Amino acid sequence: MSTALNRAGLARDAYKGAATTLCAGCGHNSITNHMVKALYELGVEPHLLAKMSGIGCSSKTPAYFVETAHGFNGVHGRMPSLTTGAHLANRQLIMLGVSGDGDTASIGLGQFLHMIRRNVDCTYIIEDNGTYGLTKGQFSATADLGSVQKKGAVNTFQPIDPCAVALALGCSFVARSFSGDGKQVVPLIKAAIAHRGTAILDIISPCVTFNDHDGSTKSYSWVKDHEESIADVSFIPFFEEVHVDYEPGTVRDVQLHDGSHIVLKKLGEDHDPTDRQAAIKVIEEGRAEGHLVTGLLYVDTKMDDFATTEHIPQRPLKDLSQDELRLSRDQFSQFMSEFA
Amino acid sequence: MTEPIVNDLTIQAATVNGSGSQTANLVLTRAIFHMGIPVAPKNVFPSNIEGLPTWYQLRITPEGHMARSDKVDILVAFNVATWREDLKTVRPGGAVIHEEAFSTAEARTDVTYYAVPFAKLAKSKIQNDTLRKQLANMIYVGVVAGLLGIPWEAVEHGVRRQFLTKPKAVPVNLDAIKVGYDYWQDNFSKQDPYRLEPMQGAVEGKVLVEGNQAAALGALMGGVTVVAWYPITPSSSLCEYLVAYADRFRVDTATGEKLISVVQAEDELAAVGMAIGAGWAGARAMTSTSGPGISLMAEFSGLAYYAEVPVVIFDIQRIGPSTGLPTRTSQADLGFVYTLSHGDTKHVVLLPGTVEECYELARDAFDYADRFQTPVFVLSDLDLGMNLWMTPEFKYPDKPLDRGKVLSKDDLERLAGEWARYRDVDGDGVTYRTLPGTDHPAAGYFTRGSGHDEMARYTEGADAYARNMDRLSRKLETARHVLPAPLADEAGAPIALIAFGSTHAAVVEARETLAASGKPVDYLRIRALPLSDDVAEFVRRHDHVYVVEQNRDGQLFDLIRLALPAELVGRLRSIRHYNGQPIPAVAITEPLMQLEAVPA
Ligand SMILES: Cc1ncc(C[n+]2csc(CCOP(=O)(O)OP(=O)(O)O)c2C)c(N)n1
Ligand code: SF4
Ligand SMILES: [Mg+2]
Repeated sequence: MSTALNRAGLARDAYKGAATTLCAGCGHNSITNHMVKALYELGVEPHLLAKMSGIGCSSKTPAYFVETAHGFNGVHGRMPSLTTGAHLANRQLIMLGVSGDGDTASIGLGQFLHMIRRNVDCTYIIEDNGTYGLTKGQFSATADLGSVQKKGAVNTFQPIDPCAVALALGCSFVARSFSGDGKQVVPLIKAAIAHRGTAILDIISPCVTFNDHDGSTKSYSWVKDHEESIADVSFIPFFEEVHVDYEPGTVRDVQLHDGSHIVLKKLGEDHDPTDRQAAIKVIEEGRAEGHLVTGLLYVDTKMDDFATTEHIPQRPLKDLSQDELRLSRDQFSQFMSEFA
Repeated sequence: MTEPIVNDLTIQAATVNGSGSQTANLVLTRAIFHMGIPVAPKNVFPSNIEGLPTWYQLRITPEGHMARSDKVDILVAFNVATWREDLKTVRPGGAVIHEEAFSTAEARTDVTYYAVPFAKLAKSKIQNDTLRKQLANMIYVGVVAGLLGIPWEAVEHGVRRQFLTKPKAVPVNLDAIKVGYDYWQDNFSKQDPYRLEPMQGAVEGKVLVEGNQAAALGALMGGVTVVAWYPITPSSSLCEYLVAYADRFRVDTATGEKLISVVQAEDELAAVGMAIGAGWAGARAMTSTSGPGISLMAEFSGLAYYAEVPVVIFDIQRIGPSTGLPTRTSQADLGFVYTLSHGDTKHVVLLPGTVEECYELARDAFDYADRFQTPVFVLSDLDLGMNLWMTPEFKYPDKPLDRGKVLSKDDLERLAGEWARYRDVDGDGVTYRTLPGTDHPAAGYFTRGSGHDEMARYTEGADAYARNMDRLSRKLETARHVLPAPLADEAGAPIALIAFGSTHAAVVEARETLAASGKPVDYLRIRALPLSDDVAEFVRRHDHVYVVEQNRDGQLFDLIRLALPAELVGRLRSIRHYNGQPIPAVAITEPLMQLEAVPA
C-alpha cells in the first residue's frame, strides 16, 4: 500500500473508514475501495468532503471511507434532498452521495429526478445490485425483465434504467460501470467529482448473498460476460499535465470546467459523449443485444449548476454574519411603517 | 330611527371567489383603519379559484376586538347563490346592501334594504372593459362609505395604501368607488343606526399585518438562509412573502448575489429534507407547510430529532385532509406535531397567539433550533396566518443570534481534538457539534439516527441506546425551562381559561364579557410545548380551569391533564370549537356559563 503523500499531504490510509460490516465479496465493498483510491489520488481534503446517503447496504458504505470527513446517513430514498440542502448551506463542500437501486429507483425516484432537474453540484453513485440487499433479496426496480430471484421467482416488470432516465432528463453527467472494473470506476468517480453539476454514476455491484446466482443479470459472472465498455476512460486532474500520445482520431478529450480532462480511448464504435441522443441509442442498442454498456455515456460541461442559477455567493451561506442577515434598524422601521 | 350605533358594527361582504372582491374588502378595511378605528378582518374563502362563494367579515369595535363576530350588522350581498342564507345572518335592525336584481319578496322585514343596481352601474359607468369585473366590487366600497359616513380622504388613503406598489391603479379604482359613493348620495337617505366616526388613541402605533407576513419577517430577522417549501394553503404566503422580502433585503448590491436560497421543492419530503441537510451543514434552515405536508415530513422529523439537527418547521394549520375544508382554520395538529414521527420523539413546539408573536417566535425559533439542535415547530393557523390583524409595531431584536454549541477549528485545537459529538459535557443534555467544512482532523463524524454512541460511532448496544434516549429527555427538559413561558393574566378569580394560538383573540373578548356580567376569569396562554411547570401551578390556584381550543377532541386539554398531578386533573374542563370558522367569543362564554351553572 502506498505511503506516498498526495496533494493534500495525506497518505492513502487517511482515506479509509471504519471496517465494513457488509458481506464478504459484496460489490459495494469494491466500490468503497475504488472510492478510497479515487479520493486519495484526487487529493480531496477530507474536511471539505460531505458523504451523503439514504438507506440500504449501499447507503452504509460512506462510513467505510474517509473516516475523518462528515457524513450523513439519512432516510430511505431521500439522500438527494439532504444533499441539496447541505450544498446550499455550504457550496465549498464536495457533495458525494451514495445510494442503492432501491433507494434511487423506487422510494427515491422522485428526489433522484428532481436533483437532476436542478443540476445540483454533486456526485451521485448508485450501487446497483438489482435487489434490496438490506431487506433480504426482494426485486428492485432495476432488476431486468425475466431475471430470476434466488428462490426462483421471475421478475415480470420492465426495469427502470437510472442512466436512461437521467439522459431523458438531460442530466449533465451520466456514466455506468461495474464494481469489478476498478480501471473504469476510479477515473469515472474522479470525473464525476470534478464535474460541476449532478453526476450520475450507476455502478453494477453484485449482491453476493441475494443476487449472484444463475438467472440473475446483476451477478458477477453475467456482468463479466456481458459488459461492453464504449471507451477506455482515463482522468487527468487539473493539477497534472496532459500527455497526448495517442494516434490522432483514436481519443476524445473532454475538458471539465476546473481544467481537468477526461480522455476517452475508442474501443469499438466511436461514441461522442457530448451527444445525448447517441447516448440513449447506445444504451437501447446494448439492451436489445443483451449487453451491459459501460463507460462515460454523456457529459455536458456547459450547463449551469443549481447554486449558479440560484445566484448564491461562493462563500457559504452558513457563514453570513448577523449584519448581513438582519435588516438594519432603519430598514426595519421603514419596513414596519409600510404596514400602517 | 333608533339610537345611533357608532364604530361598533360588523360588515359582511358575500361575494364570488375570484371576482376581485378581496381588493375591495382591503380598501374598505384600510380606509376605516385610517380613521383611527380598530378593525378586525376575516376572510372566509373556498378551495377554489373562481366561482364559489366567499365572505369577508370586517369587524369594527371601539375596544379593538379581534375575534370573529357571530352577528352581522351590515350585509353586502353580491352573490345571488348565497343571498337567502346570507340574509339570515343579519341581526334584527341591521342593514342590507344588495344587488337590485336580488328579490326581496318574502324576505325579512326587520332589516333595512338598500338595493343598488351594481351590475347596471358597472356597465354604464365603468369604461375600462378589461377591469370592469374587478372594479365593480369597488362600487360597493363607495356605497358602504356613503352609508357609514367614511370621509373621502380616508377612502383615498385606503386605495393608495392598497396599491402601494401599483400607483397607476389608484385613479381607476377611486373612480369606481366614486360611482358607488355618488349613487348613495343621490338615491338613499339613511334608515339604519350605524355610523363611523374618526377616533383618537385607539390605533396609534398600530399596523395591519398578516401572521404569515410577520413570520416571514421573523424568519428573515432570525437569519434564515435556506428555505425549502412546497405550495399549500394556508402556508404558501409565508414563503411567498419571504421571497419578496429576500429580493428586497437579501441581495448583495455589489454582486447581485442572493444571501438566501429559497427552493420550491418537489414535495414536502424533499422540502424538509433540504432544510435538514442545510441545518446539518450549519445554515439557518426552514420549511413551511400545513397538515398534509406535516404528514409527509413525519419520517424526516424523527431523523432530525435523533440526529440532532436544527431546523425550523412552520405548520400553518387548517382543517384535515386535502379533500375537505382545506381553506378553513383549525388548531388540530397540536398533538400530531408534538410527537411527529415514529418511535420516541417529542418536539419543541412554539405557539404564537398574535401576529407580533408570529414575528417574534419565528425569529427566535432559529435560536432554539440551534441551541437545542433539534427541529422546532412553529404552529400558526389559517386565521392567524392569512388574515390581517391590528398589532403594535414589531420590535427590533435586542439579542444577537444564538448559534448554539458549535465547535470551530480553533475550539478543536484548544481541545486537542478531544471531543465527542454526543457527549453531555455540560449536563444539560445539549452536546457540541461541528459543521462540515471545519478544517480539523477531529471535526468529522458520521451522522445517523438513533444507533450511535457518544463518539457518534455506530452501535446497536442496549446501554448506549438507552443512555442516548435519557440524554435526549434531559435536553428537552432543558429546553422546557427556556422556551417562552405561558403568559398569565390573573386577578384571583376562582375560575380561569387556558388557551393557545389564535384562540387568544376570542378569549380576550370573552373575559371582558364575563367580567362585565360579574364573572371575572383569569387567563393563562400557553406559548410552547413541552408544557411549563407554571401550568400546574396556575391550575392549583383555581377551582375550575377551562381549556379552550379549536379542535374536536381537546388536544391541549389532554396534554395538560397528562402533565398535572392527579389531584388537580379534576379541575380541568374543556371547551372546543371546530367548525372551520375562527372561534367567536360566544363560543367560550356560553359553554362556560352553562358548565358553571352545573355543580362540579
Ligand atoms: C421508509 C422505509 N421503508 C422501508 C425501509 C426498509 N428498507 C431498508 S433498506 C431497503 C432497500 C434497500 O435497497 P437498496 O437501496 O437497493 O440497497 P442495497 O441494500 O441493495 O444496497 C428497504 C426497503 C426503510 N428503511 N425505510
Ligand atoms: S446483502 Fe447483498 S448488498 Fe447487502 S452486504 Fe450482503 S452482499 Fe452486499
Ligand atoms: Mg440494491
